[in-house]
Amino acid sequence: MLDLFDDYTLRTVALGSAALGITSGALGTFAVLRRQSLLGDAISHAALPGVAIAFLLTGSKSPLVLVAGAAVAGFLGTLAVMGVVRTTRVKYDAALGIVLSVFFGLGLVLLTFIQRRPDASQAGLDRFLFGQAAGLLRRDLITMAILGGIALAVMLLVWKELKLLAFDPDYGASLGFPMRALDVLLTSLLVVAIVIGLQTVGVVLMAAMVIAPAAAARQWTDRLGLAAALAALFGALAGIVGSVLSAETERLPTGPTIVLSATAIVLVSLLAAGKRGLLWRELRGRRDRRRLRLAAVLADLHALELQHPDAARGHSAAVLSIMSGGALPSLLELERRGEVRRLGEDEWALTDAGRREAER
Amino acid sequence: MSAAPAIEVTDLTVAYGEKPVLWDVDLEVAPGVLMAIVGPNGAGKTTLIRSILGMVEPAAGRALVYGRPYAEQRRLVAYVPQRGSVDWDFPTSVLDVVLMGRYGRLGWVRRPGAADRAAAREALEQVGMAALAGRQISQLSGGQQQRVFLARALVQHADLYFMDEPFQGVDATTELAIVELLRTLRSSGKTVVAVHHDLQTVPEYFDQVTLLNVRRIASGPVDEVFTEENLRLTYGGHAAFFGRNGA
Repeated sequence: MLDLFDDYTLRTVALGSAALGITSGALGTFAVLRRQSLLGDAISHAALPGVAIAFLLTGSKSPLVLVAGAAVAGFLGTLAVMGVVRTTRVKYDAALGIVLSVFFGLGLVLLTFIQRRPDASQAGLDRFLFGQAAGLLRRDLITMAILGGIALAVMLLVWKELKLLAFDPDYGASLGFPMRALDVLLTSLLVVAIVIGLQTVGVVLMAAMVIAPAAAARQWTDRLGLAAALAALFGALAGIVGSVLSAETERLPTGPTIVLSATAIVLVSLLAAGKRGLLWRELRGRRDRRRLRLAAVLADLHALELQHPDAARGHSAAVLSIMSGGALPSLLELERRGEVRRLGEDEWALTDAGRREAER
Repeated sequence: MSAAPAIEVTDLTVAYGEKPVLWDVDLEVAPGVLMAIVGPNGAGKTTLIRSILGMVEPAAGRALVYGRPYAEQRRLVAYVPQRGSVDWDFPTSVLDVVLMGRYGRLGWVRRPGAADRAAAREALEQVGMAALAGRQISQLSGGQQQRVFLARALVQHADLYFMDEPFQGVDATTELAIVELLRTLRSSGKTVVAVHHDLQTVPEYFDQVTLLNVRRIASGPVDEVFTEENLRLTYGGHAAFFGRNGA
């Protein structure tokens, strides 16, 4: 693994994927909290025709040109979504779906058109569909790092305003902050986060890099700052693991591999994370149920004891099972704790400690 | 403040599409008054507050706060939205939400400092929530959520408070705490305008009342305008059901 990072190409790939993971993870936190996860999907699909048109207009495959085209198209896509919602009776989710498919369809048509042209210069644009980390060059990396860095810096600068936007926009408006402008700003940052990942992850799956790290991070913390930092970390992790795996393995597409890595992080988080984790909740549920069963058996024994004043008399597990069901395992556990003692083969009575516990 | 009324609304008309939500509403609230706004669902109560706060563009008319448009008087005004309007599963703490009340005076980019945190803790103290400052907001009861919102408005140190249904779905303890808070605010010369639903408690909690149903039916001191007749005009056929007990 160490000499993996001595490999110049691989290091470029890993660093580039880390940059896109950090940016999309951190900004995705806000998108997910605002229930706008699918906006990321619309933006990334809408970016495809932008890539094609930028290439057709300039004939250049420089990352800055293509990313700029993607950004313009992605941004137009979100404007189209807002426009459809505002002027028609079409709802938000339907508007997202329409814009996503129309822009993506247009992008596919243009891509096919470009590939059928006789000259060879077009090669490689189709990597924007499913992503290809192996082709990442130093200049790509620099473009990604600078754009991602700017987006993150802006996010940190207006952090408290974005928090207001995500939590309580009405209140923010009453304080005098221009909430619509902040909304546009956050969406623009999201567009940047998405377009810098398109070359590596591809338009089809890029939305997962916005949603998955943020969703996983939310499982681990109840602080917005920590959630964003963790999402950035998870995004970087998924990016590095996925891109290195795909670069080392032939015919393994980068985008899907990165997204599957992110999904693995989500799965682990859903199962294992602190108080929200499913595993922890199941364990706690079992512990609570067992504790309740023990208390029930103890209480039953106590009740029986009160009904039979001749004190040191035992009761069978069968009797106790009728009262609270499946009493034997609980009796054995209570015996181990010294709260119940065994008088005969199947005769159980409270110890002094058990009586005190039952009377509590 | 000068002699200007805390709120002066003239000929305010608001429409969503073609349907008028508020029609030609006049309203004047003197400083130091606790005023309830009552009316049936869809009467425009929230819209009235939102248009005074400049969040809704009126079709006609104007609203002044201490004699000037709201945009020039933000520092004097605090808004308490309905508690159901936000996602309480948001990853943040009680103290953090209250600190949002300082964002207005902080302006862009600047983060809250020690003085802001002290003010926030003081406000939490005032609503009996000091012990819960570090708690994640998803763990709060409805009453506690409402008190957090009130504390957030208190740290604004405003003169005029708009509250949208502050008593909605809160426990008895919180209800008493809010009533006490309203009285404290009044005794220090503050003005409160609250959308209110429980007609029974209007005379007990408030000095003045505005009865609203798209038009303004009546507005003034509770003993003068909170009558069976006006309630019937406001609520239509259901007036008897809503009438004051033993009035």
